[in-house]
Amino acid sequence: MSFDRHLTPRWRPGYRFQYEPAQKAHVLLYPEGMIKLNESAALIGGLIDGERDVAAIIAALDEQFPGVPELPEDIEQFMEVARAEHWIELA
Amino acid sequence: MLNTGSNSPDVPATPEVGLPLWLLAELTYRCPLQCPYCSNPLDFAAQGQELSTAQWFKVMAEAREMGAAQLGFSGGEPLVRQDLAELIGEGRRLGYYTNLITSGIGLTEQKIADFKQAGLDHIQISFQASDEQVNNLLAGSKKAFAQKLAMARAVKAHGYPMVLNFVTHRHNIDKIDRIIELCIALEADFVELATCQFYGWAHLNRAGLLPTRAQLERAERITNEYRDKLQAAGNPCKLIFVTPDYYEERPKACMNGWGSVFLTITPDGTALPCHGARQLPVQFPNVREHSLQHIWYNSFGFNRFRGYAWMPEPCRSCDEKEKDFGGCRCQAYMLTGDASNADPVCAKSADHRVILAAREEAETASQPLTEMTFRNDRNSRLIARS
Repeated sequence: MSFDRHLTPRWRPGYRFQYEPAQKAHVLLYPEGMIKLNESAALIGGLIDGERDVAAIIAALDEQFPGVPELPEDIEQFMEVARAEHWIELA
Repeated sequence: MLNTGSNSPDVPATPEVGLPLWLLAELTYRCPLQCPYCSNPLDFAAQGQELSTAQWFKVMAEAREMGAAQLGFSGGEPLVRQDLAELIGEGRRLGYYTNLITSGIGLTEQKIADFKQAGLDHIQISFQASDEQVNNLLAGSKKAFAQKLAMARAVKAHGYPMVLNFVTHRHNIDKIDRIIELCIALEADFVELATCQFYGWAHLNRAGLLPTRAQLERAERITNEYRDKLQAAGNPCKLIFVTPDYYEERPKACMNGWGSVFLTITPDGTALPCHGARQLPVQFPNVREHSLQHIWYNSFGFNRFRGYAWMPEPCRSCDEKEKDFGGCRCQAYMLTGDASNADPVCAKSADHRVILAAREEAETASQPLTEMTFRNDRNSRLIARS
């Protein structure tokens, strides 16, 4: 089944994405928990604003990192995982 | 480090000290409830004066600077602090994810709205009311049910994520299906089904609280059935089942290691590596006298059980020590008299028989709820005096 890139991700209510200087990393904060994100997840996470759809996120990162053929698939995979973990809502 | 010169090759070098990512602010020991399974120290009534608003501001700023990202307001009942909204506001301003851990007693819709305004991220309502109330609730007492329902709905309506916490024990664990049904009906995002851990008042009342193995296994099976149902329905509600380590053969990696992630500040400003550590015969520093930087990295108390060099046998030569750190120091102290010993939950511990005896006792225990020692000022003073 192909991924619908017109879906727009937003963080689940109560989930917060922010940069932590002490950890030199972006994290996702939620009730009594925290996930440290790797660099690529942080780049994607930084573009989740409830406005951009997945296609727009792919386009933005493609512009920033041209010539990475696996980029769209990586982003779709992130969305799938983040949805399964209930970090984001896709609508 | 290539060679520490140690003549014990079994003991790895002390790892680099981690960041205090979690700050637990125990704002007060005052509480309108008297739960016999409270984790507060038995002699809480004899503790010193509470920190002021300004002192808490300083603690929060220093911990944030050192990397703390999660901030829990707890107690006692944190709602009794008149400056709670101010503390929440400052925590949020500093960039913390702010958690209010409350019994819900004293919570109003106005407060829920005010705290949201101040920047509160999350409210955990624990059903740590007196057992009579919990039982009334589960039995369908209209008044209690309506009250909790209204409060939970208000929490959700104001856009908070909601965690519901149920402390389970031998007198209520058999109703776990009804507990879960209630939490799902209230649209909880997370449900903590926490079987009593035996510290503080719960240790004192252990015989009346520890469930039998059969009770525990049944509860876990039912929880797993609900997990499957929730997942099939696409319901994001997550059930977290905390087993009492009395039924394990290996100890828990308590606090993820001593002084590794967690920093607790008690109402009077004493800094602890975990909220149970106050009872240990270890000198712990106070934020009135030292900076958190000194406390976390240099104080005696926070370094006492870091690394592996302090371990006696059987932990010292154990190949699992880097996984569980020898278990819980408080449990080792309470059950063996020496905080350096292996946590007796471990089957390798020379004192494991005390755990086996407690399990056996659970099979025949008959202490009703009413005969437990309730957590209140009077009982605390009696204990502090003796």
